[in-house]
Amino acid sequence: MSIRLNNIAKHFGNTQALEPINLDIHEGELVGLLGPSGSGKTTLLRIIAGLENADRTAQPGQILFGDRDVTNVHVRDRRIGFVFQHYALFRHMSVYDNVAFGLTVLSRKRRPSSGEIRARVFRLLEMVKLEHLADRYPAQLSGGQQQRVSLARALAVEPEVLLLDEPFGALDAKVRQELRRWLRHLHDELNFTSVFVTHDQEEALELSDRVVVMSNGRIEQIDTPDELYRTPKNRFVFEFLGDVNHLEGKVSNGVLTCGDAYWHVDLPDGHEELLLRPHEVRLTEQPTSESHLPVTITAISPVGAEVRVELEADWLAQPWLATVRHTDFEHLALRRGQRLFAHPRHWRRFPKVTEKTTEQTRVA
Amino acid sequence: MRRIGDAPLIRRLLIATALVLSALFLLLPLVAIFAQAFSQGVMVFWTNVSNTFTLHAIGLTLMIALLTIPVCLVFGVALAWLVTRFSFPGRRILQTLIDIPFAVSPVVAGLIYLLLYGRNGWIGSWLDTYDIQLMFAWPGILMVTIFVTCPFVARELIPLMQAQGSREEEAAVTLGASGWTTFRRVTLPNIRWALLYGVILTNARAVGEFGAVSVVSGAIRGQTNTLPLHLEQLYQDYNAVGAFACAALLALIALLTLAAKAGLEWRASRREAFA
Repeated sequence: MSIRLNNIAKHFGNTQALEPINLDIHEGELVGLLGPSGSGKTTLLRIIAGLENADRTAQPGQILFGDRDVTNVHVRDRRIGFVFQHYALFRHMSVYDNVAFGLTVLSRKRRPSSGEIRARVFRLLEMVKLEHLADRYPAQLSGGQQQRVSLARALAVEPEVLLLDEPFGALDAKVRQELRRWLRHLHDELNFTSVFVTHDQEEALELSDRVVVMSNGRIEQIDTPDELYRTPKNRFVFEFLGDVNHLEGKVSNGVLTCGDAYWHVDLPDGHEELLLRPHEVRLTEQPTSESHLPVTITAISPVGAEVRVELEADWLAQPWLATVRHTDFEHLALRRGQRLFAHPRHWRRFPKVTEKTTEQTRVA
Repeated sequence: MRRIGDAPLIRRLLIATALVLSALFLLLPLVAIFAQAFSQGVMVFWTNVSNTFTLHAIGLTLMIALLTIPVCLVFGVALAWLVTRFSFPGRRILQTLIDIPFAVSPVVAGLIYLLLYGRNGWIGSWLDTYDIQLMFAWPGILMVTIFVTCPFVARELIPLMQAQGSREEEAAVTLGASGWTTFRRVTLPNIRWALLYGVILTNARAVGEFGAVSVVSGAIRGQTNTLPLHLEQLYQDYNAVGAFACAALLALIALLTLAAKAGLEWRASRREAFA
């Protein structure tokens, strides 16, 4: 079931939570809504669900599920599955009753027989690997288990659209990884359309077919994770998707200078701010004719496949972060307090920031 | 390591203080009531209790309580639901208004009702032309009792429902449940203990209310006398045993209510332990 939003806006009192938004989500797609808190992503999700109403303005917005106009359809008739951030399981019901709830509240005509309900609930519990805990109460389960129950409960009514609000936000890193992979698998298997909200860029990039990056109630960019990372449309997207190092200075005659640091760049004269990712910084013991960027190592943390190195210098307003391969780390014999030279492999610049974008970065 | 309160001397001192104070202020008066009521034997107690006027007072008191509870229950749940689940202009004012019956002295409440609904009152004089009398009759007693007790249920529910939030109800609705089903299967089970506690408090207050009722009832023996009013009259008539017999009855109702609450809590905890 595809989802189409036309001109959806939302005010809470005088604050605008969403500027008029258009969004197309294809059938079977898994789309992530990514943004900092207050960016309007949860509001957007709740409007798709029908838990919140979009503004009724002169040109009212429209929500379509496939060809069905659901703009004025009540939540209970939209046939969606909604997974809440803190699971929102019915605390006084067993796991079994939680999952069965959506089936038992169907009208007598549409309700399956009790035997069939039982079979369906156990099929779902098997799928989320919790059939042995059917008689437990939510309070007796771990966070990850509760989230799986909440997913099974949402899937019990066979929704065509599954909406998830920060589904893994409250779980620890390892469980989160596992559930993420499992959800991706489930999505591919059952082939419903899913939209999930997250503030974690890694989660959004790993899980989504396409990511919708939002800030201040606006959509900044919609793209595949790959495209998004490679060609961010603006500075906000670039900064939100990962760690960023800033280099600010004056360019004259093709040389950018900043304190005692300088760097040959192919840019017209004027004030410039360049941005680069941690993996785009190379460290050497000697300066080159191209660049002279002396830095001091202030912290080293070997995390996973790479070593993260924090760099400081007089000419830097904020410390830089560089990621180094373990072999290079050993080769250079890096240690804290060591003085080295940084060389940018690659950098980016975004057009002069307008009033509005400065505000965005502050929020981010 | 030693924690605060671990010193044996201080601990014993605190426990002793608590026990002595409870005995002095709670247990002793209770015992004294029953002792006084039975001071001239069970027969005298029984004659006093089975007196027509006393029986009528008991009946009226129980009827008022039975009528008050459902009204306060529905009102309290509706109000708590409104205040915790919706945001609308005037919500805060409404939350403050709930407390008026607590803030106002019951006697004042009774006087206001007399002023409004009495035969010469603003609304009362209009009703009088239709031959409807509210004051100095049981409807008046019911009205002031409801006024005095209406905050109990709402006051119990509001903090709980605020803490629980509306996520579970939203979940129920996304699963296709109707408003009534959501209330019956999700909201009600979550608030049932607070609700029960509110009802118990309402009942206790409705049975025992004196001030407001004394203003509007007229205290006509055998007609508009509730048990607390009757008790006071007996005491004024120097019938100590009769007064204490009534007091013992009131205390008994209170004890039964508490026992009912304890029993229900015990059953609930057992059910949860086995679940």
